[in-house]
This record gives sequence, C-alpha cells and structure tokens, in this order.
Amino acid sequence: MKSLKLNKTTRRNYLTYLLVILAYVILQVLGSAGAISSSLKGMLVPICAYIVMAISLNLTVGVLGELSLGHAGFMSMGAFTGVTAAIALQDAIPAAPLRMAIALLVGAAFAALAGFLIGIPVLRLNGDYLAIVTLAFGEIIKSIFNNLYVGVDSKGLHMSLLSDTTNLAEGGKLIIAGPMGIGGIQKISTFTAGFILVMVALIVIFNLVNSRAGRAIMAIRDNRIAAESVGVNITKYKMMAFVTSAALAGAAGALFAMNYSTIVANKFDFNTSILVLVFVVLGGLGNMLGSIVAAAALTILPEALRQFSDYRMLVYAIVLILVMLATNNPTLKSFFGRFKPGKSHGKEAA
Amino acid sequence: MTFLNFLISGISLGSIYAIIALGYTMVYGIAKMLNFAHGDVIMVGAYICFYAVSRFDLPPLAGVILAMLVCTVLGMVVERLAYKPLRQAPSLAVLITAIGVSYFLQNMALLLWSSNPKVFPGFFVSASGDTGVELFGGELKISYVTLFTILICIVIMLALTWFTGRTKMGKAMRACSEDKGAAQLMGINVDATISMTFAIGSGLAAIAGVLLCSAYPTLVPTTGSMPGIKAFTAAVFGGIGSIPGAFLGGLLLGIIEIFAKAYISTQLSDAVVFAVLIIVLLVKPAGLLGKQIREKV
Repeated sequence: MKSLKLNKTTRRNYLTYLLVILAYVILQVLGSAGAISSSLKGMLVPICAYIVMAISLNLTVGVLGELSLGHAGFMSMGAFTGVTAAIALQDAIPAAPLRMAIALLVGAAFAALAGFLIGIPVLRLNGDYLAIVTLAFGEIIKSIFNNLYVGVDSKGLHMSLLSDTTNLAEGGKLIIAGPMGIGGIQKISTFTAGFILVMVALIVIFNLVNSRAGRAIMAIRDNRIAAESVGVNITKYKMMAFVTSAALAGAAGALFAMNYSTIVANKFDFNTSILVLVFVVLGGLGNMLGSIVAAAALTILPEALRQFSDYRMLVYAIVLILVMLATNNPTLKSFFGRFKPGKSHGKEAA
Repeated sequence: MTFLNFLISGISLGSIYAIIALGYTMVYGIAKMLNFAHGDVIMVGAYICFYAVSRFDLPPLAGVILAMLVCTVLGMVVERLAYKPLRQAPSLAVLITAIGVSYFLQNMALLLWSSNPKVFPGFFVSASGDTGVELFGGELKISYVTLFTILICIVIMLALTWFTGRTKMGKAMRACSEDKGAAQLMGINVDATISMTFAIGSGLAAIAGVLLCSAYPTLVPTTGSMPGIKAFTAAVFGGIGSIPGAFLGGLLLGIIEIFAKAYISTQLSDAVVFAVLIIVLLVKPAGLLGKQIREKV
C-alpha cells in the first residue's frame, strides 16, 4: 500500500495540480453561470499560454539556472509552424480539437528543433553571454518570420524569403504573408485546451525535475564544476532542459496564436520575452506555482488597471519596482526565503 | 565610392552605438548589472534637447548641455532609489528592477510628451545652409551629423581613457570593478563611485540620444529601446566590462548593420547583425576584447 506520508516536494506538486484543476473548474462553472465579464473570458486562453510560457522559462532560469532573454522566439516558432499546420490541414482534418492537438504538437516539435540548434552555441557560454545569445536568437526569429512567405497548394507547401515568390498553383493560398503575418486563422483555441496544455506542461516539468535527470540539471545549476567532476554529463542535461523548455514554449505559442484571427511576428518580440521573465522572477525561481500565479495576476493586472487608463502602465512599472524592492529587502526576504528553492543560485550569480 | 559611403555611415552609426555601449559596459563593469533602462535614458535626453531647442529657443549647444545635466541627475536618482537598495540582491532581481525602471521611463515619456512622433531639428547645418560636405565632385557626400558623430565619439573615447587611467576617481572606478570589498578597505567610497559611474553613463546617453535623433530624426517614447538593445549587444560583442571593447564592438556592429542593409537585405539586417554576434561568441566566448576568466576550483 502506498504510504500517505508524501515528501515535501511531492506534496507541493500535488497542491499545484489541485489548485490548477480547482481554478479551471471554478472558472468553468462561473463561465457557464455567466458570472465572468467578457473581457476576462477573452483573456483565459492567453493566460493559459502565458502560464505555460512562464513555467517553461522557469525550467531554464529557475531549474537550469541560465538566464534566457529570447523565450518569445520559441513561442513565435511554435505559433507560426503550428498555425501553418492547422491551416494546411484544415480540409484534411475537420475535427477542430484534433487539428488543435496536431498544431500544438507541430509547434512544439519545431520549437524543440530551434531549441536544439540554439542550444549548441548556448552550451559553450555562461551567464550574460548566454543571455545575449538567446536575445539575439529571438531577434533573428522575429526578422525571419517578418520576411517569410509560405503558401500551400495541391503540390504541398512552398516557401520564399523576402518577397512572395511562392508561385502557388490554382486554388492555392498564402499562409504566412511576410510582415502581414498569418491572417484568417480559425479561432480553435479553447480554455479547455489551454487547461490541458498547462496540466501537460506541469506533469512534464515536475516529472523531469523529480527524476535523475532533473537532479543532474539542478546539480549543474548549483555548481557546474562539482557536477562535472562527479560524472554528470553537462552538455546532455543542459540540452535536455533547454529543449524541453523550448518545446513547451512552442506549444504555448501555437495555443496563443489560434486564439486570434491574425498573428504577426512583431507580437513575439524582446518585450514579450521580458514579460515572461518578469512572471518567473516575481513568482520565484524554480517555483512553478509562483510562476502560474504571477503569470495569471500580471496578465489581468493591466486590464484591471484600465480605469486608470493612461496611468496603468506607469502603475504597472511602479508596482514591479516596489515588489522587487520589497521581496529583496533583507527582513522580508528571509520570511519569503523558505518559499524559494532557487534562491541559493541567485546568490551565486550575483 | 558607394562602398566608402556605406563604410562612413556605418562608422557613424557605430559611433552612436559605441557611446551608448560605453554606458552599458561601465555600469556592468562596476555594478555587475545589466542596466536595461539605459536605452530609455537616451530617449529622455533626446526629448529634453528637443524641447529646449524647439520650444524654448535655446541654442543647440545649451540644449545638449541641459539634456546631459538632466540625464546625469536622472541616472543618479534612479541608481539611488531603485538599484542601491538591491546591491546585495540576486542579479535577476536587479535585472527585473531595471526593466521596471525602463517601463517607468517609457510610460512617463508617453504621459508627458504623448506618443505623437516629434521631428528632431537638424542642428548640424553650416551658415550657408548645406548639411554636408561633398568630395570627389559630389560622388562622396558626408553630412555634418556623420562627421560630428564620429568626432564626438573619438573625443569621448580619449577622454574616458584619460579619466579611467589618470584621475583619482577613474582609478577608484577600476578598483571597484575589480574587487569592491578590497576597494572599500583601501578607503574608496564605493557608493559614491558607483553613483559617479551611473552619472557618467547617463550623461553619455544624453549625447548619444541627441546624435541618434540628429541622424534619424523621429522621436517617440520607444526611440531608445532598439538602439539600447543593439548597444547592449555591441558591449557584449566587444567583451562586456571593457571600455575599448565597447568602442570596438559598437563600431563593428554599426558597420555590419549598414553593410548588411546595403548588400544583403534591408529587412534582414537585424538578423545578420545578431547572427554575426552568435558566431563571434562561438569563437570567442568572452567577446572580442573580454578577459577570459579562468575558473578556480
């Protein structure tokens, strides 16, 4: 018989699952009762996408301990490839949920590939140099999708860069139109799909962190040289964390994109990467529940501050600075310290 | 001759990047933080100069000096209020605070000066009204903005080299960036030195803002963010923390950007710049002039 005395980490993981399920059920019930405003309803899918972005970035920043400033690049990769797949398969697969699932998988796969490619230079670098390479990667992805033309016709997919030379056959249509992005997307993302993606992301991350591989990754974060000297394969585990994080971000991107009718590459810029990083740091490094709460709260906050209209982003900035000052004040910090497993790393990096 | 033209405009753009990158690299060297708000200080400087000259009819030089003063004070105030309480905090917390300051400055500018683009006045016009010199019978045209930018960048570079190498404050700065604790034991006022570094960096940012907007005359509250990112890239490119590195990185980045625009594609120039950066970091992981610090076990 399974012992009821679970260890602390497992308990916290189950608590996270439970709270996410609870939030989903409550929102569904409130939604069907008509108690949610339409603006909040419209934000449910983006919130789910940002939650997945935040917990996947937390895997890189909190668990692996490397600063990434280009997470929106993976989101962009997933969004564009996923939506392209969904549009290309529109006639072949009429069932929206199945098409959605395939789009998420395609987005995740391409983002994972991008994660692998960018992982190669990233593995050679440390600290701020690594951060700048991820930033550069995000900007490169943005430039490429701003100038990419992809069309589909009876002969399959056609691609061209810079100008539209796809030369589509009769009946073909252009999917990605350079700086115009993708238009005419069927909005097949649903809150339920978002919820399932959040749960899958949580299961993947918790199981990874709680495994032998996860302990190796955290060992690299805490002391790379010590980990290497006891035989931890640095390259392999860094890459594992990085690619997993990228794949989840790609799926989040596909989910996000299919909530809107048009999507452009400039949506996924440096500011988006920073926004997600803010979620992670405010939620606490390595703390997935914290990331979820921060992502949800900070996505709603600018909307909730709408009554201040012009001042809302200013208030947002001030709140951000004050929260950082408050949580890093020595007395308050020791109080919050026990909720932050990642803080030992932070000190080392300082 | 077109090649020479591109090269000169590349050096000019690179000089602006270099001046901004100097601010990044000095602050990084001493406070070990990425000051993401630096790009927005550029924007503030440009706005101050714009209003001083076009609304209050001050002479351009007075406008630039006023912008420098305001930015210097702004840099010191931001450092005192937002960064100093976090001196012992993890670097990520400081980074997020810097991002908060950046949002704050952008939105403050939005409220004060609205999002309508301002057209920056051209300062660099000779008495007879022409904006540049023509060489080789008009084949090579160099605008005064370009000449001044390059000249000012060289002057700043020489002045900073002299300052960090010869003056007491400059030496204190270098000492602090090597070892804050030891510097304090030697009687150096670390807080004042850091404050001074922010002041110099922000003053330089004001100059960069005026030069940037003289060359590309549209001024909006987000004017500073992209040049800020590029200059940050330039600082890393040259090896962050190194002053000659920031200079070299800025120049190279500007030249690569202009050449990529001219010979590869206008839209993909950013992608080319960042791809070159990744390749350089693959070969030289600490940047071009960065010190490769050996890890001790």
